[in-house]
Amino acid sequence: MKNNVQENDKMKEGLHWFDNKRNIKRIIYALYVICAALFLAEFFYHKHAVFSFDTWFGFYAIYGFIMCVGLVIGAKVIRHLLIRRENYYDSSS
Amino acid sequence: MTAVAEILLPLNPGIWLIVGALIAVLLPQTLSRWFAVILPVFLIAFLFSLNLDNYGTISFFDYSLETFRLDALSRVFGLIFLIASALGNLYALGDDVDKLQRSAALAYAGGAIAAVFAGDMITLFIFFEVAAVASVFLIWARRTERAFAAGMRYLIFQIGAGVILLAGLLIHFSVTGSIVFDKLGLEAPGGILILIAFGIKSAFPLVHNWLQDAYPEATISGTVILSGFTTKLAIYALARSYAGTEILIWIGAVMAIFPIFYAIIENDLRRVLTYSLNNQLGFMVVGIGIGTEMALNGTVSHAFVHILYKALLLMSMGAVLLRTGTCNGTELGGLVKTMPWTAAFCIVGAASASAFPLFSGFISKSMIITAAGEQGYWIIWLILLFASAGVLYHSGIRIPYFAFFSEDKGHRVKEAPWPMLVAMGAAAFLCIIIGVFPAPLYAMLPFSVDYVPYTAYHVINQLQLLMFAALAFTVLKLIKIYPSDTRGINLDTDWVYRKGLMTLIIYSNRYLNTGYRVVCDGAVGIISEVINSAKQLGNNDGILSRTPALGSSIAWISGLLLLVLLLRFA
Repeated sequence: MKNNVQENDKMKEGLHWFDNKRNIKRIIYALYVICAALFLAEFFYHKHAVFSFDTWFGFYAIYGFIMCVGLVIGAKVIRHLLIRRENYYDSSS
Repeated sequence: MTAVAEILLPLNPGIWLIVGALIAVLLPQTLSRWFAVILPVFLIAFLFSLNLDNYGTISFFDYSLETFRLDALSRVFGLIFLIASALGNLYALGDDVDKLQRSAALAYAGGAIAAVFAGDMITLFIFFEVAAVASVFLIWARRTERAFAAGMRYLIFQIGAGVILLAGLLIHFSVTGSIVFDKLGLEAPGGILILIAFGIKSAFPLVHNWLQDAYPEATISGTVILSGFTTKLAIYALARSYAGTEILIWIGAVMAIFPIFYAIIENDLRRVLTYSLNNQLGFMVVGIGIGTEMALNGTVSHAFVHILYKALLLMSMGAVLLRTGTCNGTELGGLVKTMPWTAAFCIVGAASASAFPLFSGFISKSMIITAAGEQGYWIIWLILLFASAGVLYHSGIRIPYFAFFSEDKGHRVKEAPWPMLVAMGAAAFLCIIIGVFPAPLYAMLPFSVDYVPYTAYHVINQLQLLMFAALAFTVLKLIKIYPSDTRGINLDTDWVYRKGLMTLIIYSNRYLNTGYRVVCDGAVGIISEVINSAKQLGNNDGILSRTPALGSSIAWISGLLLLVLLLRFA
């Protein structure tokens, strides 16, 4: 209940934890640190080979990064080709 | 009477739900609301009280209908369907649901559950159709023209698949004389037709679009309920009858990939989730195609956890739609301030869908990917890994980010109603508890599980994949390459029948018109020519006004007759 009151007060002020740009920056820095730690973790665990390429250094990290950049660029191209106005189908009937 | 009871009891829980749908109409409103929640919970207890066996065998002419086959595979699907029904109906308490919609929801779940427990194809077919017909009312209950049209298109696909299924069953029955529903494969008589029918219902590529077209047009609770049953019933049917059919591996791989692209560019967040649903079905279809014990365990467990987290994600978006009146990414943002609980539950659903360690997707999806690796399908393995990173994008980041965390669009709304919060809380609890303690779910799977999800390499590799995918998102967002949300719709295969065919008809009509005019003008000319020459011939001195001999008349008539006969048999 107390929390709710506090939430409401914050709302009235128009300020929220996520409104603070510094907090957003903190989240992004945290992500960088986590990624760096996960990349360094490559030195410290016993790899389980499914094929051969998946034991390359940092395979999962690099694959995840590159494929997602590709995914986003691909999606941008596809949207360029496929997007229509919202009432595209309504106008025919 | 006792004889009938002995044959039928214990009755298929799906049939109980269908009976419950009728009772729910008769009960007063408040009672009926709670009845819809309590009945599936009661049936879960009923299911656990039974041993695995064939119940409810009915002799029908020379054949025996097995109306209640309870084995490991049907039990786990029946259980998750009952849980989904209970959670969906609980969620619906927060929505203004009329009796028709409530009964439709019960009958739909009942049909799907009865079909899962069907031991023969006739029972399977009947309840498949019950589910199809009942489900369309969840779309029509939105009571808009758009929803009506989308519902009709949905129904045409569902009934069309039903007719194909029936044709396949008839061929199978006429050749083999058996109606038992078990392993079929493509070589079985009618096998291809039955596969096509199940394929339509599980949204194979190119016949997938009924799903994205119709589900987001349903009511708030309707979409949540719809997301659970039809496609997973088809997955169950495929797992039972087409395990190890290699073509399914490739179909599933395509299914796992192409919806991700759509999920990234679609603006309606509930539609994003239907594309994501399609992509998750792809994983399951790959598992069925591989067909090993581990792959099938993976498919079944993934269907189980997927129903929960997909319902949870759709519940959170439904609550957003209820409160703000929109589900478009372009119009949402900053809702974490006023709907913090919904946001938290949404994140649990998102983490489960993305298969973060300690969440449910982690312990199921990896079984399918590992099985693909063990069988040496390295392309498929890479595709599934890519698709896993893609899931993080649309379900894991996009949904929570655009609804709750992106730029505040000024919505100052109340938190979701309490029944919705309770339903979301329960689903979120299950997502976490299954992720942390997978053993009870593993124990229910059709084959004994020889798989340990929590190993150092698996946890680290999964986290590397996901966090670097998230890093890619952040970097692309910061350098402004990530596509901003844009109003608009994206063309999909429904274009073919919603626009393409219509355009074809309009164009062909234009040319037909010209053709028609040519024919008409020509015909008028010919007819006036005939009349004119008839006038001349019939004049006082014309040939036709003379009185010919009988013989020549017969010759004329015979000649005509011969001509006609010749033309007839030419």
